[in-house]
Amino acid sequence: MAELLDFELVSPERRLAKAKVAMVVVPGVEGDFGVLPGHAPMMSTIRPGAIAIHETDGGPATQRFFIDGGFAEVTETGLTILAEQATPVAEIDVAAVATQLAAARAAGDEAAMARLEAMQAAATN
Amino acid sequence: MPSLKSLKMRITSVKSTQKITKAMKMVAAAKLRRAQEAAEAARPYSVRMAAVMASLASRVTVGPESPRLLAGTGKDQVHLLVVCSSERGLAGGFNSNIAKLARRTLEELQGQGKTVKLMFVGKKARAPFARTHKDLIVGTVDMSHIKNVGFADAKAVADDVVARFDAGEFDVAHLFFSTFKSALTQEPTRLQIIPAALPAGDAKGADASVEYEPDEESILADLLPKNLAVQVFRALLENAASEQGSRMTAMDSATRNAGDMINKLSITYNRTRQAAITKELIEIISGAEAL
Repeated sequence: MAELLDFELVSPERRLAKAKVAMVVVPGVEGDFGVLPGHAPMMSTIRPGAIAIHETDGGPATQRFFIDGGFAEVTETGLTILAEQATPVAEIDVAAVATQLAAARAAGDEAAMARLEAMQAAATN
Repeated sequence: MPSLKSLKMRITSVKSTQKITKAMKMVAAAKLRRAQEAAEAARPYSVRMAAVMASLASRVTVGPESPRLLAGTGKDQVHLLVVCSSERGLAGGFNSNIAKLARRTLEELQGQGKTVKLMFVGKKARAPFARTHKDLIVGTVDMSHIKNVGFADAKAVADDVVARFDAGEFDVAHLFFSTFKSALTQEPTRLQIIPAALPAGDAKGADASVEYEPDEESILADLLPKNLAVQVFRALLENAASEQGSRMTAMDSATRNAGDMINKLSITYNRTRQAAITKELIEIISGAEAL
């Protein structure tokens, strides 16, 4: 399939990525979903997790961003992800996340715990 | 007539003032460019957010069950004015224009018998109110350590406002900032942020059958605080650009005024000098003639 999807990842401060890709897997609040060209229009909120961008059809994920919650909008033409914070998965400092996670666990901060656990999971697999 | 020495000293002092204002103008110009770039970079997000809000607005009817950020508390007795200004002065009428608009609103609301509370982001607009309405000020956000406004800063302000709203401290919130039109014109603006004024839904968005995951209401409830943060962020960016634009214009005219003054003083200086020389010559000649 030669058709490609217009993918855009924007944070409030700047546009982080804009590309034509084959597929993007988004961690929606009600489960992960893959967006391919021609996907039915939808809107979904995103839970903290990694989005995987597949640049070639059937190929492996070429780029992964950790998204700290946000919003995905699929229109007829493409996919836009509004993320408050997005970090390329490769840039996640696993050791720092682990210490923060331990601190969050000690403090009993559940929101931070969930966020950091998701970050850790994204970085390690 | 002032002495030659004092004239010379004044010229030197005006010259060094001119150097400072000129440098400030150039710094402001460079900062303005950066601020404009930041505002430009933030545009896609806010445009998208507005589009999403608009298409949601066309599907959700505002009722008592709607999120409180959208429906409000059902009253409009207590108003919170969030006034964004800069941390530094010497920016022309930038801060006083914002403060003036806020003061007008405050008096108008008080005239209608409403209770008004004030919150400041940046200290410069605080000073005029600290004298007259000290008891109304509920908070000041210090931005002096922040060089470039980040979304996290805006979010902190928005979260603070939402927390106060949830605690029932006020019913309606207005945001005051300066809209950047060009380097020469900035317009003080008032924007109601709570309850959120939803943009009118466009017919196009309503036609498309869009799936919502989870449902419209929960997405809306999730988006409203985010939208608030985006609005605050936009206001802060607009403010940053306006501040630099305003400072640039102010410093430009200050530089020009200093130039005019130097010219005038130089003319006076030269005249005085010539007069002194002429006087001395006359004295010598008439002395010689008397012999």
